[in-house]
Amino acid sequence: MRFLVAYLRSPPAMIGLVLLLVVIGMALSADWFYPRDPLSLAGRPLIWPGANPRFLLGTDNSGRDIAAQIFHGARVSLLIGVVATSIAIALGIVIGALAGYHGGWVDDVLMRVTEAFQTLPNFLLLLVFVAVFGSDIVTVTIAIGAVSWPAPARLTRAEFLTLRNREFVQACRTIGMGDGRIIFREILPNALPPVIVYASVIMAVAILLESALAFLRLSDPNVASWGNLIGLGRDVLRVQWYVSAIPGVAILVTVLAVSLVGQGLNDALNPRLRKR
Amino acid sequence: MSAVLSLQGLTVALPKGADRAHALENVSLDLNANEILCVVGESGSGKSMTASAIMRLLPPGVRISGGAVRFEGKDLATADERTMRAIRGAGIAMVFQEPMTALNPLRTVGDQIGEMFRIHAGLPAKQIAARTLALLEEVRIPHPAQAARAYPHELSGGQRQRAMIAMALALDPKVLIADEPTTALDVTTQAQILHLIRDLQRRKGTAVLFITHDFGVVAEIADRVAVMQHGVVVEQGAASQVLHAPQHPYTKALVAAVPPLHAPPPRPLSDDTILRIESVQKTYRTGGFLGRGARVTHAVRGVTLDLPRGATLGVVGESGSGKSTLARCIVRLIEPDGGAIRLEGTNLLALRRREMRQAARRVQMVFQDPFGSLNPRRRAGELVAQGPIVHGASPAAAMARAKELFALVGLDPAATERYPHEFSGGQRQRIGLARALALEPEVLVADEPVSALDVSVQAQVLRLLAELRERLNLSIVFITHDLRVAAQVCDIVAVMKEGEVVEHGPIGRVFTDPQHAYTQALLASVPGRDFAPAA
Repeated sequence: MRFLVAYLRSPPAMIGLVLLLVVIGMALSADWFYPRDPLSLAGRPLIWPGANPRFLLGTDNSGRDIAAQIFHGARVSLLIGVVATSIAIALGIVIGALAGYHGGWVDDVLMRVTEAFQTLPNFLLLLVFVAVFGSDIVTVTIAIGAVSWPAPARLTRAEFLTLRNREFVQACRTIGMGDGRIIFREILPNALPPVIVYASVIMAVAILLESALAFLRLSDPNVASWGNLIGLGRDVLRVQWYVSAIPGVAILVTVLAVSLVGQGLNDALNPRLRKR
Repeated sequence: MSAVLSLQGLTVALPKGADRAHALENVSLDLNANEILCVVGESGSGKSMTASAIMRLLPPGVRISGGAVRFEGKDLATADERTMRAIRGAGIAMVFQEPMTALNPLRTVGDQIGEMFRIHAGLPAKQIAARTLALLEEVRIPHPAQAARAYPHELSGGQRQRAMIAMALALDPKVLIADEPTTALDVTTQAQILHLIRDLQRRKGTAVLFITHDFGVVAEIADRVAVMQHGVVVEQGAASQVLHAPQHPYTKALVAAVPPLHAPPPRPLSDDTILRIESVQKTYRTGGFLGRGARVTHAVRGVTLDLPRGATLGVVGESGSGKSTLARCIVRLIEPDGGAIRLEGTNLLALRRREMRQAARRVQMVFQDPFGSLNPRRRAGELVAQGPIVHGASPAAAMARAKELFALVGLDPAATERYPHEFSGGQRQRIGLARALALEPEVLVADEPVSALDVSVQAQVLRLLAELRERLNLSIVFITHDLRVAAQVCDIVAVMKEGEVVEHGPIGRVFTDPQHAYTQALLASVPGRDFAPAA
């Protein structure tokens, strides 16, 4: 309750929440407003926004309704964001928790693997994954998750390193509790808040990564994603700039919303920082 | 006599939503030249807030809402920030509890002491160096020239506190405020620092406001005493009067709760040994690549002790003596390098992990920190029920048992639904005790179980422990640094120094007729050792 009050009191957090709800609303109502396939031809190509009341946001270079693509694209972006983030967080927590709790050679091995992933730029690694495994939407999502886990792993490890020596953990060991139970039932709930906050960063980055792939035309061309639309607009960028700009704004708004919500969560979960 | 520093009806308001409206209410104190006034009280009594209010270093949101602080004809409660800066350090200096955090770890001690002169006096560098050295000599730091060049981590706790005192006294302040300056120190170091403060105060005629929670320290050092409770001064007067003929009921209770240093008459002990610690060893090796610069610490070396059934074995010693390591070796939180822990003949150290988890229920541990030892995200009842559940009890049965245990340790059984932060320190320690007892252990290892508690709460918990020992026929290993506490609860005592037991035997004998030089030094260092509350 106190957490909720703290969250609702912060104006940026509220703005973020409202923006995020708008994006979610777009995703949910896409079929209702635009029941047709958003990738089907709808009219003349390159109609400017507002020029034809049928196409509020105009059409792209092959005559598809941009507004329909924006609404349906919200689904894809959110889906990629949520699924990829869940994959990254789950992987990161398990690896970080094992490394931080056990220490010693387990920590050494897991951290060297983490570092190997971290030294390669995320996006290059993602390109390699997509090049090897193909670029349908499922592969892209999994690949984004698979390149994003090192940061939450390090964060979880750091939390575990400080928590594992706390007396309540030692108390659990003295009553004969097993390691698995101590890690996941006792320590993890205490280590979770910073990781959850970090999840918002990963989600924002995941959405951006997919757009970047799509911009290079390496994402799944059979779904209406914002990135695909930007990629298409690239060809007519100098004159019909709106084809790229509109989905760009959509991405900007979504990433901003997710970041603000994450910041708000952080402030609400760390009451000591809130006073500053 | 004229007061150097005078608090007149000082009231400090806390921000809205705090547990009380005022940190200090109408506090009036006079501090005279050439005297030590001890402000004593339990946690939350406002004694440290008094010091912060005088220095005007209050935490954000907390403000002085009434009264005056008279110093050299000025009212510090309303003085502007520039006046305050000139007074802090030069007129009123302060020594803090924890010298490690009060010193900047990246600058040498001499540099930090010299800063006092640079800020307030503007002397040439050469003179500053000379004055710094003289100060360090005055506080009797060994090798003052070296100490001036040392970084804080290179000095021991006592030396750091000496450096802090040197810094505080640099500009011959009229008033020295010492906020629990010896609480973080070992008892022998504490005795030296108390002696130093007393000695310097006499020589320089400084007025000292000494804040402490420890009546032993008060008995040792105070000329006058002010007792605080909930932000109010409930009693003040000459030390001898307050200590021996307290008037206010709160002071009476506080004084009565101070455990006397002499042990009660010995209890008959069983011949049957339940726990035998046999030449247990633990060595730590740190750092060093290929053996270079490696440090080897012998935390516990060859300790052999017997715990008779139903008895309490006290392990006393200063920090770094290895007593906590020994406690953790007994429950195998730390794996010893050698030796044996025999529980009725079974060597616990030879058990495999799975077997040890089964045997764990027979030896349970109570921890020091009532805040850190309970998982903040679990309800109190769950914490207590956890043990039996791990060992196969059904959750419902374990919960019912937890409620019984809550009653046993003097908590409301309905409180099992609450979270740890909703309990006070003493209550949390009771939860910790209930958790240990949930597995019906034969041996209880208690690591400083009352050190973090206020003296009145400490007395309650110790009484509870003694009562449970009788009722449940517990055998207890009791780790403590506080000889007064040890005297009250232990039947046998072992004195540890640098990982070894230097002396052990029945507590009455060891405390009245110590054989080893270290035991003698330890006993002689207990502050106010002759002070025992009138029964």
